[in-house]
Amino acid sequence: MTSATSDDPSSVSGPGATAPAAGGADVAVRRRRRSLGRALAPVAAMAPFSIYSFLGLGVPILAVIYYAFQSEQGKPTLSNLALVTHGSYLLGFENSIVLALITSIVPGILGLILAYAIATSRSTLLKRLVATASGVLANFGGINLTFMFIATLGSTGILTAWLSAIHLNPWNFGFNLYSFYGVVLVYLYFQVPLMVLVITPALGGLRPSWREAAENMGASSWRYWRYVGIPVLMPSVLGGMLLLFGSGFAAYATAETLTAGTVTLAPIQIGSLLAGNQLAGQENVGYAVGLGMFVVLALTMILYGLVRRRASKWLR
Amino acid sequence: MTELADATRTTEPAPAGARVGLEGLVRTYGATRALDGFSLAIEPGEFVALLGPSGCGKTTALRVLAGFEQLDSGRVTVDGRDVGKISAQHRDMGMVFQSYSLFPNMNALNNVAFGLRMRHQHAAQRRQKAGELLELVGLSDQAQKYPHQMSGGQQQRVALARALAIEPRVLLLDEPLSALDAKVRAELRDQIRQLQQRLAITTVFVTHDQEEALSMADRVCVMSAGRAEQTATPATLYSRPTTPFVAEFVGVSSRVPVEPVNDTVTLFGESCRVRPSDAGVPTGEVDALLRPEDVTVTLDATAKPFVTHKSFLGAITRVIVQVDGVAVRADVRSDVAADIELGARVRLAVVSRDVLVARRAPARPAPTD
Repeated sequence: MTSATSDDPSSVSGPGATAPAAGGADVAVRRRRRSLGRALAPVAAMAPFSIYSFLGLGVPILAVIYYAFQSEQGKPTLSNLALVTHGSYLLGFENSIVLALITSIVPGILGLILAYAIATSRSTLLKRLVATASGVLANFGGINLTFMFIATLGSTGILTAWLSAIHLNPWNFGFNLYSFYGVVLVYLYFQVPLMVLVITPALGGLRPSWREAAENMGASSWRYWRYVGIPVLMPSVLGGMLLLFGSGFAAYATAETLTAGTVTLAPIQIGSLLAGNQLAGQENVGYAVGLGMFVVLALTMILYGLVRRRASKWLR
Repeated sequence: MTELADATRTTEPAPAGARVGLEGLVRTYGATRALDGFSLAIEPGEFVALLGPSGCGKTTALRVLAGFEQLDSGRVTVDGRDVGKISAQHRDMGMVFQSYSLFPNMNALNNVAFGLRMRHQHAAQRRQKAGELLELVGLSDQAQKYPHQMSGGQQQRVALARALAIEPRVLLLDEPLSALDAKVRAELRDQIRQLQQRLAITTVFVTHDQEEALSMADRVCVMSAGRAEQTATPATLYSRPTTPFVAEFVGVSSRVPVEPVNDTVTLFGESCRVRPSDAGVPTGEVDALLRPEDVTVTLDATAKPFVTHKSFLGAITRVIVQVDGVAVRADVRSDVAADIELGARVRLAVVSRDVLVARRAPARPAPTD
C-alpha cells in the first residue's frame, strides 16, 4: 500500500509529501545557478582583456579627445584643431592618407595574386613555407627592416653596388630610398605578407565546383572571376585592404628610422611632438593630430562598412 | 503537376538529346587506374545511371564526359563527333553537382540565368526564361533568395534549373541527391525523372545508391574498378546479373556453397542449372548466389535448417535461415511469416530455373538483415 501511494503523486499525503516539492525547488535553484554560471562565464573570461583594452586604448582615446580641446592653460579651445587642419600638419595627414592608400591597394592586389597562386599550387610544402614566411614577414617592420633595406638598396647598399656594376644603379634613375616612395617600397615588404595571411582563408573558401559550374555553362576564366570569383572574394579583400590601410596609416618606426622625419607623415609628427619638439603655446597640438588620426580611421571604417555592405549583400 | 506540365510546355525545347559514346576510357592518377577501358553507349534521350561503390570511377567517367578531366586514352563522342579536344566551356552539357555549387553571390534567378548571360542573351529574355525554369522546378517564389537562404532541396532544384537553362544536349548529374534528407530525395528523384522524360535530354546520373539508380534510370551501368561490369535495364540487372559483383552489389544475395556438375548444381536437395555468366563458370570451390525472393521457406519440423532472424519489411518479411552453417536470406509474405517462429525448423527451395555461381568468397559474418 505504501509503495502504491508513493507511486501515485496525486495521492501522496503526510510529511513525505513535501519532499518531492522541496527536491523540485532544489533542482530549480541548481538549474538557475548553473544557467547564471553559464551566462557569467564568458563575461568573466573576457573581463581581464576588456579591462586591459580599456586602459590601453579606451583611456588614451578619451585623453586624446579631452586634451585636443584644451589649451595649455586648461581652457576649452578649438585652436589645436584649427592648427592641424592647416600647413604642415595638414600635409602630414595628406601624405599619411596617400601612403596608406598606396600601401593598401598595391600590396592588397599583389598579396591577393600571390595568395591565389599559392592556394592553387599542388605543393603543400610551398603552401606551408609561404604561410610561415608570411607570418614572420608581416610582423617584420621597424628599425630592423629599415636597416635591411638601407644595407640592400641604400646609396651604398649591396644590391645598389651590384646594379652599379652593370650600370643600372637605381639612384642614377631618380630612385631615393629615403623618400616617400622609398617608404612605400619598404612598407610593401610587410604589407604584402599581411595580405597573404588575411586573404588565404577566404581563397580557401572559393569552391572549385563554382568554377566548374561556371565553365560548364560557358564562362571563360575571366568571366568566372568577373561574375563569381571577385564578387565572392570582395568582402574579404576589402577587409584585408582596410587592415593594410590601418597598418600603413599608423606605422611609425619604419618611416621614422628610414627618413628621419624628412617625409611629413602624421605619426612622425606625433612622435616629434611627444619628443618635445613643440612650440610654446602649442603643447596640446599632438593630441589634436592624434584625434585627427582617429577621425581618419573612423571615416575609413564607415566608408568600408558602406562598400562592404554593398559588396556582401548576398551574405545577409 | 498541372503547373509543371504547363510550364514545361512553355520552355520545352524540341527533343534534343544527343547520342553519347564513351569508348575505352583510361584515366590514371599515379598508380591508380580510375578508368580502365570503360565503355558505354547512350542513346538519344536515354537516362543512364552509373552505379558503383566509392572509387569505382563513376564520377571520373562523368567528369571526363563533362570535359573536366583529360583522358590518357579512349574517345568521347557526342552524336558521333569526338569531343575530346573541346573544352568543358564549349561542350553544351548541363551539370548538377553533389554540393549544389550555386554561386553564393547571385540569387536563384541570376543563378539560373547565368548560362544564358554567358551566351549573350538579352537581359529581359534571360530573366523570362530563368523565371520559367524556376516555375518548372516549383521555385518561382524563391527567385530573389540567395543560396544560403534556401534549403538543400531548394538549392538542388535551382541547380537543376540552372543546368537546364542552357538547353543542354546532355545532362550530367553527379550524385545530386546524396546530400539531401530521405523525403526531399524521394521528391526530387521523381521531379528529375519527370523533367528528363518531358525534355528528352540524354542524361547521365552518377550514384552509389542502387535504389535511386534502379528507380530512375532507363539503363544502369554497374561499375567496378574503372570498368563497366554490366549495363542493362534495372529489371534485367536485378533479375539476371551477369557477374557475381553485380549480383552482390545490386540487391541482396546469399552465398551458398555448391559443387557444379555438368553445368548443374544441387541446392537444398534439388538440381538447378548454372546461369551463363560473363566471367564463365568458375572452377574450384564455388558458391551459388541466391536472391531472397528466389528462395521459399516451408515449415517442416523434420528439416535441419532453422530460422535465426526475422526482419519485418512491410508486405514481406525477410527471414534468415541457418543451413549447414550458412545463412540464407528468404523473403516471405508477412502474413505467412507471422507463423514462422525464431528457431522454427524449415525446408528451403529455389524457385528460379537457374542460379548464378561465383568463386567462393572468404567467410563473412552472418547477415542479420
